[in-house]
Amino acid sequence: MSPDATSARPAIGASIPRVDGPLKVSGRATYSSDHHFPGLLYAVPVGATVARGEVASIDDSAAAAMPGVRKVYTRANLGTFYKPGKSGTIDESRPPFEDDTVHYYGQYVALVVADTFEQATAAARAVKVDYRNVVAPDVRMQLTAEENQTTDSERGQVDAALASAPVTVDQTYTTPPETHNPIELHASVAVWDGKAFTLYETTQSIMNHRAVMAQMLGVPKENVRIVTEFLGSGFGGKLWPWPHALLAAAAARDLGKPVKLVVTRQMMFHNVGHRTNTQQRVRLGANHDGKLIALRQDFIYRTSRIDDSKEDCGEVTAFLYSTPNLKVTSARARRDIAPNTAMRGPGAVPGLFAIESAMDELALALKIDPVELRLRNEPEIDESLGIPFSSRHMKECLTRGAERFGWARRNPAIGSMRHDGVVLGWGMAACAWMAQRLDAEVSLLLNADGSVRVASGTQDIGTGTYTMLAQMVAHDLGVPIERIQVVIGDSALPPGPLSGGSMVTGSLVPAVAQAAAGAVKQLLDTAAGHGPFAGAKAGQLAFTEGRVHLRSGTPADGVPFADILKQARLAHVEGKGKSRNTFGDKEAKKFSMHSYGAHFVEVTWEPAIARLRVSRVVTAIDAGRILNPLTGRNQIEGAIAMGVGMALFEDTHYEPLHGKAINSNLADYIMTTHADMPDVDVLFLDYPDTKLNALGARGIGEIGLAGVAPAIANAVHHATGVRARDLPVKIEDLLASHVV
Amino acid sequence: MQAFTFLRATDARQAIDAGARSPTAQQGASVRFVAGGTTLLDLMKLHVEMPQQVVDINHLPLDRIERTHDGGLKIGALARNSDVANHAEVQRDYAVLSQALLAGASAQLRNMATTGGNLLQRTRCMYFRDEHMPCNKRQPGSGCPAIGGANRTLAILGTSDHCIATNPSDQNVALAALEARIAIHGAQGERIVPIADFFLLPGDTPDRETVMQPGDLITHVLLPPPKAGTRSHYLKLRDRASYEFALASAAVVLGVDGGRIHHARVALGGVGTRPWRAPEAEQALLGRPATPASFAAAATAALRDAHAQSENGFKVELARRCLVHALTTVATA
Repeated sequence: MSPDATSARPAIGASIPRVDGPLKVSGRATYSSDHHFPGLLYAVPVGATVARGEVASIDDSAAAAMPGVRKVYTRANLGTFYKPGKSGTIDESRPPFEDDTVHYYGQYVALVVADTFEQATAAARAVKVDYRNVVAPDVRMQLTAEENQTTDSERGQVDAALASAPVTVDQTYTTPPETHNPIELHASVAVWDGKAFTLYETTQSIMNHRAVMAQMLGVPKENVRIVTEFLGSGFGGKLWPWPHALLAAAAARDLGKPVKLVVTRQMMFHNVGHRTNTQQRVRLGANHDGKLIALRQDFIYRTSRIDDSKEDCGEVTAFLYSTPNLKVTSARARRDIAPNTAMRGPGAVPGLFAIESAMDELALALKIDPVELRLRNEPEIDESLGIPFSSRHMKECLTRGAERFGWARRNPAIGSMRHDGVVLGWGMAACAWMAQRLDAEVSLLLNADGSVRVASGTQDIGTGTYTMLAQMVAHDLGVPIERIQVVIGDSALPPGPLSGGSMVTGSLVPAVAQAAAGAVKQLLDTAAGHGPFAGAKAGQLAFTEGRVHLRSGTPADGVPFADILKQARLAHVEGKGKSRNTFGDKEAKKFSMHSYGAHFVEVTWEPAIARLRVSRVVTAIDAGRILNPLTGRNQIEGAIAMGVGMALFEDTHYEPLHGKAINSNLADYIMTTHADMPDVDVLFLDYPDTKLNALGARGIGEIGLAGVAPAIANAVHHATGVRARDLPVKIEDLLASHVV
Repeated sequence: MQAFTFLRATDARQAIDAGARSPTAQQGASVRFVAGGTTLLDLMKLHVEMPQQVVDINHLPLDRIERTHDGGLKIGALARNSDVANHAEVQRDYAVLSQALLAGASAQLRNMATTGGNLLQRTRCMYFRDEHMPCNKRQPGSGCPAIGGANRTLAILGTSDHCIATNPSDQNVALAALEARIAIHGAQGERIVPIADFFLLPGDTPDRETVMQPGDLITHVLLPPPKAGTRSHYLKLRDRASYEFALASAAVVLGVDGGRIHHARVALGGVGTRPWRAPEAEQALLGRPATPASFAAAATAALRDAHAQSENGFKVELARRCLVHALTTVATA
């Protein structure tokens, strides 16, 4: 095996197409609901049609008698689930069928299992549920601070500083409930062999899923195997287990047959979480020169009655800008709505809408350019923790992004810029997102056939983890991508990180490097003293681009590693690697580690027909070293699409009488279409953050969405004069524009 | 979905006979014809429509588009929306219809949806489409929670205390402005119904949407010869750029000579309980100069009787701008 052209190319920083791309575009990638087994049965849940009340009785006699129906489960016959305890993370901690209380519209109250999906669907509709003590639900979007009021960050004397500030902004901003709509529906295919479960799940965290399922199903962890080979994305909605997975597993165990349960699109608006709505009051105080002297953010987030996932709108507030006085407080308001969960950039994304809109309002009040205002408030250190940044290039994001966009040509007067008969609005916003590592273990095999196998119990949610892992191995070993087999998506593998918080890539780097080094050491130990290296000690050998050779010689004089293994009659040598998380790492805590960015947005406004479109976006991203600009750009472009939806379209509408998310389909829940996509230009600064890992790579799944919505809203203001403080910006808001 | 029998009709008579066995051709019909299926199959999955028999009419020879002796156009009921939209003579003589069709749905849906099916397209009111909600249109007498509820997309013209559901079609708005006639073959023989008489106002019977009787089969749509010296245009306004029903739309056919308007046909979409022909606007235009003032007066006249709900008051202004812009576009083309 001679080093070929491919291996000579650097694997890191190369625009390598997804290694799983051909499988996906040819329909051969096996998604969870694609799994099928002999005798497989189909489960369809019955959802409550009230949002607050109790189940009085369930009559399943008609359903049970329908063709193909195997069993109808209710509280009376499903058996008990254990509570999750501290087994792992779950955002709907109430086990399904726990009691007769209905806490939200659509809550599962029964389950039908039948031979076909159609039979189960028909029978589920025939289950008659009567309710008692039904109360009109409270699904109001207006929030008041009702409980869990806390101060999340504080420095200086913010109220005194606000009172004496020469220029202030004091506004309240709201973001609506957004529902995750990945193209792949949530699904579980549960197989019980009499002793152990194999569960094919749509999860962003197979390891957490295993831990929680083992606890709630009452079996040892080693008797639960979770498989998630491919995900049609999740956006946070698939981070934690949801009740349907427990129902499918319990039915499979009871019936002794494999059971498939696919959550419908309608159910996905109630039963698998959503990004909750927020209400944020932001107060800024500044000197006339634009220097911030006070920043106060008081936010309220809505939760269900039964769980309390915090939408932490202050996620990035405390370190974003330099200000001596700052306070971030939070509070909760409960409503009769299903449990909420994380959505891409949780907390920071709605939080930045408020902060970055307020900064735009401050810039206007001060008559200072919005980019310049941010440059004047760039901090030297993380002022909330008093520690240095590991790698922060916000100023460069602002200046280079502005340059690429042509920001210098911006006329700040509202409605003043026109092109081809339409009004242009230019707006911008800055953004930040955390950069952390999770624990990760990796196994790496050098195989006797010349291939390399890398394995970790993580999963690829569509962001490119298969490709990233292959690139890391190619980088560490110098072997071509084509010879690297990536195995993930199975909880039987060494435990890997969850796919959330943009942490997978950064977490895997150290573990892969360690595993590669370990495998090479084994290989060199094997080679030393035998065959061509009969007279050599391991320390005199080296491994370069797949070949073992004398350190004193060249790779060309050496031997392919496959030959070494064949001669030693070894199938493989294995290296193991382990990354430690940053959350408990004293070294990591010496630095404030985040990604940064700046979005520049152009909207077009046609006053005659009240038509607003996003036409152009330039995004400058400081997310460490970019391992693969192709998949990296794809992440940012997708995030921009989502940001356009957040700014202009997405809004889960809880119907006031029944508490139902009534626009629970893709025609009525409006999201960005291709026709809505602006021209997107992504600029990666590409500064390695070596405090996070040796490659300096951070994750980039979320930073692209943070800040898009306020950049659009700020552009809308520039075009129309309408300040949108409540998302999404709607036509009815824009009709108030005086720009003609 | 509830079980049903499936009949593939080989001639119109067979379909008509099957349809005539249903007690009604309106909401709750026990026999339904399926053509493209883009409305019916959705509603069956939602249990809004639960026919006992579905009659496939796709094999009937009703997909032709041809000139009539008087110079008009005869469009078969089974002509696909995409075929009609891309038909050279439709594009040349009835631009408003081509534009309306292309503004609707997605390419995939337009390839399936038919002219006759589009005429019978049902409302997108979210209460109508949810069997667990009250709805006077789906279940007469159960109430209308859209009044005071989620009504942002619903109608401001032609509403009643019983129903405010919008007719969602783009095609039908263009056909109203073109004064299309609908050829129906029924149990009692053939008849021609002007589009103005085809759709019913909801009144206190919102479950009745058209004049269709059991057994009635739409066979084709007749367009009158294009009026000399006229131009037509369709403008659709919505939240996003594609694949969404209209918040407001306007179909206009306008003839201007020497600066004066000699012919005007106006219909609005997205705002009415049926495709909303606006004769008041036409009267306001006829004989007037083709100026912004005339167009504004026409728009005001068209929306004079608008009745807004809790969330859709903006549609009055939006529809006004829509109509003014459509008229301006066609007058200055």
